[in-house]
Amino acid sequence: MHQALIELMDVTIRIGTATIVRNADLTVHAGEAIGVFGPNGAGKTTLLRVLATLRRPVSGTTRVLGADVSSADRFRVRRQIGLIGHTPALYPELTLAENTRFAADISGHDAGRVHEVLAAVGLAGAAERRAGRSSHGMQRRAEFARVLLQAPRLLLLDEPYNTLDEEAASLVDLVVERTLTSGGAAVVVSHDRDRVAGLIGRSTELKSGRLV
Amino acid sequence: MSASLFAQSLAIARRDLVRELRAGEVLWITVPFGAIALLLVPMAVGTDVPLLRQIGPGMYWVVVLLFGILVAVRRTATDNPAQRDFLALAGLDPAARFAGQAMASGLLLFGFQVIVGIVALALYDPALGGWPWLLAIVPLTAIGLALLGTLAAHVAENLGAGSALVPLLVAPLAVPLLLAATEALESLQSGRSIVGWLMLMLTVPLVLAVAGVMTARPLQEAQ
Repeated sequence: MHQALIELMDVTIRIGTATIVRNADLTVHAGEAIGVFGPNGAGKTTLLRVLATLRRPVSGTTRVLGADVSSADRFRVRRQIGLIGHTPALYPELTLAENTRFAADISGHDAGRVHEVLAAVGLAGAAERRAGRSSHGMQRRAEFARVLLQAPRLLLLDEPYNTLDEEAASLVDLVVERTLTSGGAAVVVSHDRDRVAGLIGRSTELKSGRLV
Repeated sequence: MSASLFAQSLAIARRDLVRELRAGEVLWITVPFGAIALLLVPMAVGTDVPLLRQIGPGMYWVVVLLFGILVAVRRTATDNPAQRDFLALAGLDPAARFAGQAMASGLLLFGFQVIVGIVALALYDPALGGWPWLLAIVPLTAIGLALLGTLAAHVAENLGAGSALVPLLVAPLAVPLLLAATEALESLQSGRSIVGWLMLMLTVPLVLAVAGVMTARPLQEAQ
């Protein structure tokens, strides 16, 4: 059995007084990609933020890459977690290349690979275009370039196919595949089962606060 | 290997300056408004030159405080929630974020003070005895206001209050800094020592820098 990269044991997550996830258990091993499905507003994104160590559960045990997310240990593993959320986290005034280089400068990754990863996501000709003047799809591609640069052990994708054309959609497959083959794991959150079916090994559903 | 605190601070400062250079928020909006504010008083007072000379330095510092806050909380100095998540997962030390943002704001505030200062000189023609001391007073005020504005912006971000809360936090806390700047100029005119005021102007940024670095992570993680 591969090493467990995510372990949720009896976890409850709340936002204010609303319980989003109740007494959830989930284990994801290295080399595994799982899907988390559920209707809009079910709390999938909140669950993903807990897995990214950005939000703490109110009870239960959550271990991500060996670190307890409720302890200061979470800061140690954050650089190994790649998250692509709903909203692009790019700076509109910077070019796509500058955004990627900024990510490298902050995280300590090799800034010399910026143009290589931008080319890998099909942005070689648009590297000097400002993010604010790029389409949503191009911004998503630039975010995938940052993930390629980072090479995370745990990849978290929130509705990854949104606003991507068919060619760009293959990038999702590419980054997930690279993560798995290098011994990592991936969690893909979506409301569209059919779209991610080929990407994941197994799935779970978030329904009325329960992972089933 | 993760980047050092210093390298991360520089990357943040560079990002903020490039964003501001391209957006032009300070140069095209805040500076002209500051200059207009300085122009309004002579228009109201008329050509009473001795009076204008007397109130000129005070007016300058009031404009620096009120419009300097706008420099510190400009749109290009803020990160949206997705960007904050990205920075946290990139391994950015929150103290580096504070330091980098304060560095960028300090440079912009210094530029703002110089331009508005030239406008004040032209409109109020104040006496400038001991002017070389301005080379210490103006940068120290810029650093102090930048640290205060950045700290207040982080507190407001943590409370989810947006930038509207920042002036309320900054204005009272900036009083010692601006009092020291005003009194230092007054002392220069009357030939008194300004060492005490300069010490206050050094102490305020030091306290703010320590407070900003110490509270950076708790403020980030409380969100």
